[in-house]
Amino acid sequence: MTRTITIDPVTRIEGHAKITLMLDDSGQVEDARFHVTEFRGFEKFCEGRNFWEMPGITARICGICPISHLLASAKTGDAILGVRIPPTAAKLRRMLNWAQIVQSHALSFFHLSSPDLLLGMDSDPALRNVVGLIQKHPDIARKGIRLRKFGQDTIRILGGRSVHPAWTVPGGVREPLSAENRDLIKEMLPEAFDTIDLALTLLKDASAGYEDEAAHYGNFPSLYMGLVTPEGGLEHYDGLLRVVDSGGKILESGLDPARYREIIGEAVEPWTYLKFPYYKPYAYSGPSYYKMGMYRVGPLARLNVCEFAGTPKADEELRAFRQLAPQGRAVNTAFHYHYARLIEILFALEKIAETVEDPHILDERVRSRADVNQLVGVGVSEAPRGTLFHEYHVNEEGVLQKVNLIIATGQNNLAMNRTVQQIARHHINGNGGKLTEGVLNRMEHGIRLYDPCLSCSTHAAGKMPMHVEVVAADGEVVDEIIRD
Amino acid sequence: MPVVTLTVNDELVSGQSGQSLLSLLKELGIEMPTLCHLEGLSDRGGCRLCMVELQGSKRLFAACVTPVQEGMVVYTHTERLNNYRRMILELLFAERNHVCAVCVQNGHCELQTQAAKNGMDSVRYDYLVPDLPMDASHERYVLDHNRCILCTRCVRVCDEIEGAHVWDLMGRGVNSRVIAGLNQPWGDSDSCTKCGKCVQVCPTGALTLRGSTVAEMEKQHDFLKWILTGREKKQWDYS
Ligand code: SF4
Ligand code: SF4
Repeated sequence: MTRTITIDPVTRIEGHAKITLMLDDSGQVEDARFHVTEFRGFEKFCEGRNFWEMPGITARICGICPISHLLASAKTGDAILGVRIPPTAAKLRRMLNWAQIVQSHALSFFHLSSPDLLLGMDSDPALRNVVGLIQKHPDIARKGIRLRKFGQDTIRILGGRSVHPAWTVPGGVREPLSAENRDLIKEMLPEAFDTIDLALTLLKDASAGYEDEAAHYGNFPSLYMGLVTPEGGLEHYDGLLRVVDSGGKILESGLDPARYREIIGEAVEPWTYLKFPYYKPYAYSGPSYYKMGMYRVGPLARLNVCEFAGTPKADEELRAFRQLAPQGRAVNTAFHYHYARLIEILFALEKIAETVEDPHILDERVRSRADVNQLVGVGVSEAPRGTLFHEYHVNEEGVLQKVNLIIATGQNNLAMNRTVQQIARHHINGNGGKLTEGVLNRMEHGIRLYDPCLSCSTHAAGKMPMHVEVVAADGEVVDEIIRD
Repeated sequence: MPVVTLTVNDELVSGQSGQSLLSLLKELGIEMPTLCHLEGLSDRGGCRLCMVELQGSKRLFAACVTPVQEGMVVYTHTERLNNYRRMILELLFAERNHVCAVCVQNGHCELQTQAAKNGMDSVRYDYLVPDLPMDASHERYVLDHNRCILCTRCVRVCDEIEGAHVWDLMGRGVNSRVIAGLNQPWGDSDSCTKCGKCVQVCPTGALTLRGSTVAEMEKQHDFLKWILTGREKKQWDYS
């Protein structure tokens, strides 16, 4: 029996990832909690403003993936206006989202994870970062930086600014794409394709040395959720919600995302501000009623829910990805988030290449105008890290009365805890709860698989600042490490 | 008009008697910070940014409401004045909720511009963080009290130019608010002609076009000049 302890999330050291490991009577790791505290109070803050401002506001407050909030918020705005946006605006928004996926996944893979993969999880932590990577594999590091830059440049070209382009607005986008800018994007594509090919080869070579990790990092059954096209293809911007289980069985094949509340509940826990979304039909009564409804989102989930990608190269990789699990089953190991991310970069590049050739992409009609026609709007899109939900309730005047946001990191929270617990169990059990640098690194890597949108986890240069506590069954803190 | 001679920043200059000191300083090419002043509207000396020092007096004078006088010795940019200007701007930011990054007026805002020009790099006062509403009842425009600096340009343009007098001020001190009609939702005002003059003259993100998104609002007040010249030259004949 473990003692329940409540940890005030405010005690968390700013900018550090806080993890609490709970031991049972026999000193074995019973549970793990990864405290996500950065995302709070945000919904209340927006009430009283009007929904037209929301893309700008949400993109600003949540700085890690502003584009995703811009898109989800603009889509929510479209729903409140009750308009269908011009087709070219939708294509441009999709292109923006793919560019964001490229830049975000490139950051996750090259800057944050490849040092672990290419330099080794037990290598000197002072060099197990992008700096060390530049020293040892300068070419790879440079190409990774350039691939990320492709995404950033495309975002800047489309939105006018790389970080917070408030270009996406309710009703469409503010400015059409010029022929000149389209050509700029086109010119950058070949190099980006080369780099992703290289990254795929690298990952496949490196994975051979990580069979242990692949087996233990977040390898557990869970549900998966993501958007799919009406035909069941890979989707990032619009489409329908699909949920599959670890056996590959489709539980929801194509739910209108506006009805997300019918299948997603949000549980609260006293020790964190972050809510725990869960799949409602799988919840049962009891204290951790929602845990059975654990689902994962993000690249791994998206590849698990879709039937095909829809572009030639990505489909080829997707077939190889499916081989990682027995026929028909979902790929359950979080370690394969890496591979899924690279496949998605490839897909995004192929889609961008397709879009720049679209004869209508330079169309100048890109914004529909209307006033409030619906009092409730839901906007859902796929952020690099997973499905993002925005729901706004406005009055007749368009002033926000209630806001609900469900972010990817929240949805992956249960799975992240589970992953950390699994890694901790594997590496700590039997040594009385002592933490070593190697265990810390592996827990860090475990968290990074999900690429959570926390500033602590996106420190590009260097290791993740961490604060780990080991709590014994009687509530006593038996070990604590603070790593800056 | 008789000519008067005075000294401005240690230089001898001349102006027309009856002219405001601010208009003379502008003619002289001296850049004076202003917020409530707008060419074409009456002056009220409210924002105090155009304050000057006059030799022989400890008081500071708002140049927009001080007529030029023979023998005046004027200083426009002393350290004392610059300090006060920064202080005034900081107080304006502290009094309401100015979150430029998410404001529809960001990048095109007179308050923001003045803050930058006058070297306001931080606010030394506690923010009051008032809980203020947004009035989005009008079919075309939005009033956001969070961004209002009570300059009354809207009040004056509506009264003096449009002749509708929809706007007024209510309350005192930090509790002052601009109100439409008899303190009713703007959209319920019977006298509002929906002309939008108030929106165009508002220096901040307080009055904006409905549907504007972050940093999208830009204003232009050229119309004031056209209307006033047209009226002066009797370009329009309604008889
Ligand atoms: S009104 Fe001007 S100063 Fe105030 S928040 Fe908006 S941009 Fe900033
Ligand atoms: S609404 Fe605008 S014009 Fe009117 S008093 Fe406020 S800041 Fe000045």
